[in-house]
Amino acid sequence: MADAPQIPDEAEVRARWGAFAWTAENAEQAKTVIARYPAGRQRSAVMPLLDLAQRQVGAETNTQGWLPVPVIEYVAAQLDMPFIRAYEVATFYTMYNMAPVGRYHVQVCGTTPCLLRGSDDVMAACKNRGMAKGKTTPDGLFTLTEVECMGTCTNAPMVQINDDNYEDLDFDRMAAILDALAAGETPKAGTQIPGRHTSEPEGGPTTLVEMVSANHDYRKEW
Amino acid sequence: MLADKDRIFTNIYGFQPWNLKSAQMRGDWDKTKDLMKRGQDAIIEEIKASGLRGRGGAGFPTGLKWSFMPKEPRADRPSFLVINADESEPGSCKDREIIRHDPHKLIEGALIAGYAMRARAAYIYIRGEFIREAETLFAAVQEAYDAGLLGKNAAKSGYDFDVFVHRGAGAYICGEETAMIESLEGKKGQPRLKPPFPAGAGLYGCPTTVNNVESIAVVPTILRRGAGWFSSFGRENNKGTKLFQISGHVNKPCVVEEEMSITFRELIDRHCGGIRGGWDNLLAVIPGGSSVPLVPAAEIMDCPMDFDGLKAVGSGLGTAAAIVMDKSTDVVQAISRISYFYKHESCGQCTPCREGTGWMWRVMERLRTGDADISEIDTLYDVTKQVEGHTICALGDAAAWPIQGLIKHFRPELERRIRDNGALEAAE
Repeated sequence: MADAPQIPDEAEVRARWGAFAWTAENAEQAKTVIARYPAGRQRSAVMPLLDLAQRQVGAETNTQGWLPVPVIEYVAAQLDMPFIRAYEVATFYTMYNMAPVGRYHVQVCGTTPCLLRGSDDVMAACKNRGMAKGKTTPDGLFTLTEVECMGTCTNAPMVQINDDNYEDLDFDRMAAILDALAAGETPKAGTQIPGRHTSEPEGGPTTLVEMVSANHDYRKEW
Repeated sequence: MLADKDRIFTNIYGFQPWNLKSAQMRGDWDKTKDLMKRGQDAIIEEIKASGLRGRGGAGFPTGLKWSFMPKEPRADRPSFLVINADESEPGSCKDREIIRHDPHKLIEGALIAGYAMRARAAYIYIRGEFIREAETLFAAVQEAYDAGLLGKNAAKSGYDFDVFVHRGAGAYICGEETAMIESLEGKKGQPRLKPPFPAGAGLYGCPTTVNNVESIAVVPTILRRGAGWFSSFGRENNKGTKLFQISGHVNKPCVVEEEMSITFRELIDRHCGGIRGGWDNLLAVIPGGSSVPLVPAAEIMDCPMDFDGLKAVGSGLGTAAAIVMDKSTDVVQAISRISYFYKHESCGQCTPCREGTGWMWRVMERLRTGDADISEIDTLYDVTKQVEGHTICALGDAAAWPIQGLIKHFRPELERRIRDNGALEAAE
């Protein structure tokens, strides 16, 4: 696969990550997660723990993190499961990065509802800043990925960057967000249409107008 | 039009806070104990009588589904409720709004539904990409625990019930119920063969019911207002209110709760500011999320938006996510992009789907540019028929249907592209 991630050299990875262990805070969090599942079913926690591990790797490298093999081994050992079962999970789900990514992981949705509303322009704004699909910019700032439907279709087109969504985009709005991130600022998440709140029709809701200004209780009218 | 007082999700746009106190002021968690006191069978009967059909796409009657669960679970084999919040169907974006703006409707519904089906706990499986939404959901569940509404003696009902949140990590297939169960068990999300059905052997081999977020979140309101109220909306067999999600080429895309069976025209004119460029500019609509076949403009305009109405025009209600395409759309590209989606999301378990989705997408890409032979249209149709119905889960069907819809309604366009491309090559 041409767009498969370039997995780094194994010896280097093992030298760097062979001694991976939870931070004190994450060790506590891991316990909380495992407690959500019945005794003896701790393997259910593999997904949340891989996510936690990826975030810890991200914090240690000032990026969005990835899952080096020794880190997956560490998680598998904690859950008393074979490495290959954890590795299978890590490679099956798209949110686990199998290779390093940049400080900002720019995930542009390209599925049909976003396509119809101009996701190509959003992609163009990324490419205009020197990004390429599946690659990290030389300054380590941005990794660009085209992703499948993110479930934000009435606010299309959209991008998810790290933990936040930016919605109702066009070329200029996307460029402004990338500029702000590059400058170390935190752009406002959510819809980028001035005056739009969330998924209501632009220009104000056609229903439930009372709710805009007050927490209306409709039970009186039942 | 549905009156505001009859809307279940009054905070759907999040103008007001989602927290417990605000939710209680809107009527959530109001005498939940009394609703539960009616008894498990009475609750199931009420939901049956309301005509509620599953809101995740398949439309299976919710009350009936609950009634398949064991009446007396064994201590060593507890029952589970799994709530499907893995909203990944292109076009769908309603569960996200429920979770981030009205999570207590879902959590209260989980308790009541879990109690009715005699479950020990509920797992809410939320898609991994809903990061902020999951943060809200974790916090809302914690609020409910802190207020004594979950856990031991939940809401002082005498019933012990837990709700856990489990985050996915990016796999459309986990929205399929048995794949979701596999994923919850810490495996790859690959669907299981049925039977056994989850109600017999599901999560950890225990009896399990998987319900969509919206199906569960409407339950408390149905019980408070009565089955008769809910079934007063919509046509026979298509009862209730529904969250519609309209994306694509309308002037104002939005999520809105309306009564079932509202016509497409009324839905668009009332809430979406009309079709971009006017009704004459409408080309086609995918009315229920990417898995259902598209419907050409003339057939959809006055079609009732419900299970039977859309079935009659060769499509389906799905999740009620309408993707609207005007005449500027490259309809072949739009469907080809959906084919790419299914290629990307096929779990790889069954050969017809694993190989077929990639094959179909590659042919679709050639049809998009016209780099094909006319006979390949029939070959493609034939292959979709070989994928459809020959896989463990419905992803194969979902990949086949949009292409079948395209060929059925836009064959002249496909042929035109092939001819134009051929003429082009001849001229060179």
